[in-house]
Amino acid sequence: MSAPREDIPIGADEDVVRVRQIVRSFAQRAKLSLVDQTKLVTATSELARNTLTYGGGGTAVVELLGEGRRQGVRASFQDEGPGIPDLTLALTDGWTSGRGMGLGLSGARRLVDEFDLDSEVGRGTTVTVVKWSR
Amino acid sequence: MSAVERIPILKIGDVLLASIQVDLQDRDVLALQEDLAEKITATGAHGVVLDISAVDIVDSFIGRMFATIASTSRLFDAHTVVVGMRPAVAITLVELGLTLGEVRTALDLEKGLAILAELGERAPR
Repeated sequence: MSAPREDIPIGADEDVVRVRQIVRSFAQRAKLSLVDQTKLVTATSELARNTLTYGGGGTAVVELLGEGRRQGVRASFQDEGPGIPDLTLALTDGWTSGRGMGLGLSGARRLVDEFDLDSEVGRGTTVTVVKWSR
Repeated sequence: MSAVERIPILKIGDVLLASIQVDLQDRDVLALQEDLAEKITATGAHGVVLDISAVDIVDSFIGRMFATIASTSRLFDAHTVVVGMRPAVAITLVELGLTLGEVRTALDLEKGLAILAELGERAPR
């Protein structure tokens, strides 16, 4: 049996809500605490909105992880947008290139256990986050 | 595209109450902001209560809209109180680094109304 996984296209406002709902159900299956569920769902809401707003849309991939006795959820957000020219700047609190408050990326990073940002100018951006049950 | 979800706004005395019971899309929040501004000017309300006891996440966009609603309300001489924030939501907001600007918060509706009454007395009209 393959690991549970869901691919969610992100092309409109309501897809951000769908991402939140699917991540929530995966987080419950991984037996994350309520606070950790809320942190993960909030982080993925920020990232899904970034994919929509800055990446021009893309895909979210949500997966259930099992490693020994602990379980986790991995969510990956891919777009083929303009990419991020300065990753350090993009991860700085309060810095924004758009209409936001500049908390999306840096805030999302604080809410998860693992955070990986891969971006190439002109090619797109992939952000992957993981939250583990404790 | 699904339709914009309009959040009902109830009037109690000179307070407007909006109770958010659905998972908000960004445009629903924008609609609420506009509807509240219109309703405040139409009714002359002096307070706005946003009940978020059924809301299971507040991200930076939704949080910023609460702050915007509060700032807009101030222009019409109304104060805004957010009530019923769940503990997990509060913990997450702090870690996210979000501050809610002029938004007052209260544990529940009763305490929120008390804050509005107090603010109203302090600045007699």
